[in-house]
Amino acid sequence: MSELLDLNLVEASEALKNKKISSLELTKAYLKSISDTSSLGAYLEIVEDKAISMAKESDKKLIDGTARPLEGIPIGIKDMFCTKDIKTTASSKILENFIPTYESTVTQNLWNDGAVILGKLSCDEFAMGSSNETAAKGNVINPWLKNKKMSPGGSSGGSAAAVAARSALAATGTDTGGSIRQPAAFCGITGLKPTYGRCSRWGIVAFSSSLDQAGPLTRTVSDAALMLNSMAGYDQKDSTSANLKMPDLMDYLDKGIKGKKIGIPKEYTQDGISEDIVKFYEKSIHWLKDEGAEIIPVSLPHTKYALPTYYIIAPAEASSNLARYDGVRYGARHEASSLDEMYELTRGNGFGDEVKRRIMIGTYVLSSGYYDAYYLKAQKVRRLIKEDFENVYKKVDYILTPSTPTTSFELGEKQDPLTMYLNDIFTVPASLAGLPGISLPVGLDNSGLPIGIQLIANSFDEPGLISTARILEKSAGFNFIADGAAK
Amino acid sequence: MPNKDTIVDVPTVNKIARLCRLDIPEVNKESLTNDLNNILGFVAQLDEVDTSNVEPLASVTGHKLPLRSDDVNDGNIEDLVLKNAPESSSGFFVVPKVIE
Repeated sequence: MSELLDLNLVEASEALKNKKISSLELTKAYLKSISDTSSLGAYLEIVEDKAISMAKESDKKLIDGTARPLEGIPIGIKDMFCTKDIKTTASSKILENFIPTYESTVTQNLWNDGAVILGKLSCDEFAMGSSNETAAKGNVINPWLKNKKMSPGGSSGGSAAAVAARSALAATGTDTGGSIRQPAAFCGITGLKPTYGRCSRWGIVAFSSSLDQAGPLTRTVSDAALMLNSMAGYDQKDSTSANLKMPDLMDYLDKGIKGKKIGIPKEYTQDGISEDIVKFYEKSIHWLKDEGAEIIPVSLPHTKYALPTYYIIAPAEASSNLARYDGVRYGARHEASSLDEMYELTRGNGFGDEVKRRIMIGTYVLSSGYYDAYYLKAQKVRRLIKEDFENVYKKVDYILTPSTPTTSFELGEKQDPLTMYLNDIFTVPASLAGLPGISLPVGLDNSGLPIGIQLIANSFDEPGLISTARILEKSAGFNFIADGAAK
Repeated sequence: MPNKDTIVDVPTVNKIARLCRLDIPEVNKESLTNDLNNILGFVAQLDEVDTSNVEPLASVTGHKLPLRSDDVNDGNIEDLVLKNAPESSSGFFVVPKVIE
């Protein structure tokens, strides 16, 4: 078993194409992993029969020479993606029995390219959270420091935990303010949030539509490239989908970074960031310099306003998007004698505390008399944040930052909503500007928890992001496996 | 933005909850009001930023939204549309009685 689990996505794909292994044995190894690591709570739904039948289908194609790019690769899907005939709950009680009658574009793209579904992965409720603790069915446990019950991060906490625990070869995630990059950092894996518009949002449960973007969580940068190749693409069904062809990212793995300019923003080394993270941030700067990059200090002056801007815009959009859960067309209904009472009880009982807080904040900042002071103001500051990046990208090619101010924390440790929001301080700015970012593991802190470093590229420069991340990955040589991972 | 300590009080919270049709049990109102004040106090720091000549940014894509032809079409998937409805009858969603 272990040898199968040792293969990363690119290696497994090679082994499948060379017929050294079959998709059926690989898929069965992962199904066993899922059951061996079930105490982590990463999966909400396991679709064993479907996985086996898809794997058999893939094996036929591998034999008859019609294999597609992800043929036979068993993956997990964040429960924010609608999957036809497979329960999709967004980790919310209000959707606990929702079975979509259609497939999201991103997951359809993955199946069209031969991937095999293992199941649906837990996340924070409606992707609102940074610790996976707002999930209706309970938190996921980070496979690192298994005796301590650490948070896997969020909102794609199930996705990150499954990849780190080797119960999925790769997983999909969604990122609104850091929901791919922060859990990837906490779980010692790679997480890539593409440029806004790269991946279709069609069929993804909507949270904040001007920010939501799908992306892969994987073991390596090459794995992320291979996954994103399949996930991305223009889609008429999403009006904000970019009609731009993405080059084959696998062609950019070994382009190097000689002569590239890396920006180091002074605003990202603030008080409150852990010493070990600062140490590895400095190491990362040196590694890139040693590989021929030019290091340039830069400034993104509105960085400190990114989080307050985000916590107006995201709840505002969420309050509007979540108005659809009214107990009429789908989702749970709480019976009542009048229509209004039915709405109020359905929503009051169906949503968890964090979701309610965000709906309330969003409704308030959009309400008559407050719209200009909050929502319009935030949209204006959002422009200034985007312009900061535009100015910096006149001088540099990539920006290097820590992914998070701290490594993972114990579940239950952060009770105050605002303290929790601060987790996303380094990931939110790129989200507001719609830029692609990747977090990859570069080392362990003194308690043995993974440290993530983030690279941010200009819009639609995923190819360059991959080349640069590969250099950092090789220099860091991170090859630790979580103690709670399947053996 | 108003003074950060008392941005919303319980009556305001009741009003917001009514606007978004959210039942908030009486026992939770105090702590929810506190949470909302903390969050609204935190976002109030945007007041420091001079935005007098800045246009609001609603979309980062920069592209014009595409238009589709306005075809009237029920999709012919009535069964699928109603499949997840808590209650339906004869091709309709059913809600509690709204006319006395």
